Amino acid sequence: MSTSNLHFATIKHGGDRSFRAGAIAAAVVVVLLVLFVGVFLAVLAIPSLRRDTVSFLTSTQWNVGTGTLQFGIAGLLWTTAITSVVAMILAVPVAVGTALLVTQYVPPRVGSTIGFLIDLLAAVPSIIFGLWGLKLLGPFLGPFYDWLQRVLGWIPLFGKGVESTGNVLTASIVLAIMVLPIVSAMSRNVFAHTPRDHIEAALALGATRWEMIRTAVIPYGRSGVIAASMLGLGRALGETIAVMIILSQTTTEGINVSLFAGGETFASKIANNAQEFDSPAKTGAYIAAGLVLFVVTFAVNAVARVVAERRVS
Amino acid sequence: MSTTTGTLTSPRGGRRAVDLVVRVLVYVSALIAIAPLVWILVSIVAEGLPAILSASWWTQDLAGTTDRRAGGGALHAIIGTLEIGLVTAVVAVPVAVMGAIFLIEYARGTRWARLVSFTVDILSGIPSIVAALFVYTLLITLLGLGRSAVAASLALVLLMLPTVLRSTEEMLKLVPDSLREAAYALGLPKWKTVVQVVIPTAFSGIATGVILGLARVMGETAPLLILVAYARNLYLSPTTSNMGTLPTMINSGRNVAETLPGYSRVWGAALTLILLVMGLNLLARGVARAGRLKDR
Repeated sequence: MSTSNLHFATIKHGGDRSFRAGAIAAAVVVVLLVLFVGVFLAVLAIPSLRRDTVSFLTSTQWNVGTGTLQFGIAGLLWTTAITSVVAMILAVPVAVGTALLVTQYVPPRVGSTIGFLIDLLAAVPSIIFGLWGLKLLGPFLGPFYDWLQRVLGWIPLFGKGVESTGNVLTASIVLAIMVLPIVSAMSRNVFAHTPRDHIEAALALGATRWEMIRTAVIPYGRSGVIAASMLGLGRALGETIAVMIILSQTTTEGINVSLFAGGETFASKIANNAQEFDSPAKTGAYIAAGLVLFVVTFAVNAVARVVAERRVS
Repeated sequence: MSTTTGTLTSPRGGRRAVDLVVRVLVYVSALIAIAPLVWILVSIVAEGLPAILSASWWTQDLAGTTDRRAGGGALHAIIGTLEIGLVTAVVAVPVAVMGAIFLIEYARGTRWARLVSFTVDILSGIPSIVAALFVYTLLITLLGLGRSAVAASLALVLLMLPTVLRSTEEMLKLVPDSLREAAYALGLPKWKTVVQVVIPTAFSGIATGVILGLARVMGETAPLLILVAYARNLYLSPTTSNMGTLPTMINSGRNVAETLPGYSRVWGAALTLILLVMGLNLLARGVARAGRLKDR
């Protein structure tokens, strides 16, 4: 008895130990990767930041080709923020609307079909969205843009921008479509888990369907929708290729607050200049921009996680 | 349902009107959400179909062809996309699966699991361009290597890892503890329990996650722009500095004039990419469904 036990224990020991070590190693790799991303970007950005002759945070200049480095992220930050925020303003109501339709209005069979179609949207590669925005959506919306600018042009937000339709608004609309499936899927998930008795109690008290949604479904799902929106925002902030293809680059310095302006986001700036990473100083400027993008998306995703966790507890 | 409440308690005009307005808005929002999908798919099929129907599309690269000349194909880009995707999966899948095993089989409920889980969340939120910059700093600036297809694959590993890890984790969670206990009772060591009982039970779910991760990675463009140069010729070696892929083929041709033959090739590449990615998505769905049937 005791010998067979010993035998059993030794087999268990050898295989178990190496397998466990493998699992731990994989976990360590994941943690180190995230750590390294931040550290490496910071280490390589610092020398260029030291040599930067203008304010990194408030300047809109970007001259890194010559001997002296002059680069600031104010312009990039503005374009990144405005495209993402407008995208969220457009996407969240539609995403919540579809999530409500799927979970509260139609039978489950129909709901899952609609859900499947929206999920398919998430499978479309971003370069395809970019191509579509550049060649089809932009030109299609051109007359609408002209009209909007004629009527509301006195507001700076709708002021004069670039000639082409590759403006902030087109980029925002495309970003909105890209984040829609993310926000919609997560909202659908929380709405579907609304306690059955809350719904039935509201209906039994004579609430209309909307009143039931307002008093039972939305309070229950609110923080889930917020978390979903933050995740969508994180995705929009970092989206590269679609924005790069659509948005016209401008040569004028300073910030044009119009939705019809062109410009560059952090991600599109880096991708646009990928072929020019020749000297370490020059590359460092782009890495610094990438570092800011990393920090911003990190913060947005961390907030999303905190909100989502609070909901669970 | 509301009609069964009858006239006694039926809502008055104002409330009923609001209810109706919301109902309309909710249906309209679904139309708004689905319209772009239909528009994108229809226009890409319409513009891209002529290009991909020619036999040379699948058998030739673009060597010696210019945007002004018809002919040639996308073989270089198709092979490139598949190859980079494959290399990415070979690196990412083992790490992701072992990471998930760590979370569920070894560290469930511990502080370490929470830490790893948090970093996976952060990893899944990293923009692809940042992943690409990271690999650039590591391989090219620090180690002095050149751009290569492998470098692009490594950046894509960062994007595939969290997707596969999360889905594997979810699947391992679904494996009932009674199965593990039965295996232990039969004298199986823990690692054999995981390899021979837990993983096979969760296999279809894990495969679904891998296929979906692959679909996501094959459609990525940003890391390819930074880490490997686009080539019009077919290159097979993963260490080559130039390799064509479908996303970068679209990108490089996006400003070709509409009247030139190169323009239809851009849409052809877009259609090929969509077919590849959507095909993988449907395959994942099929695998997931087959797995569910087996469980029953």
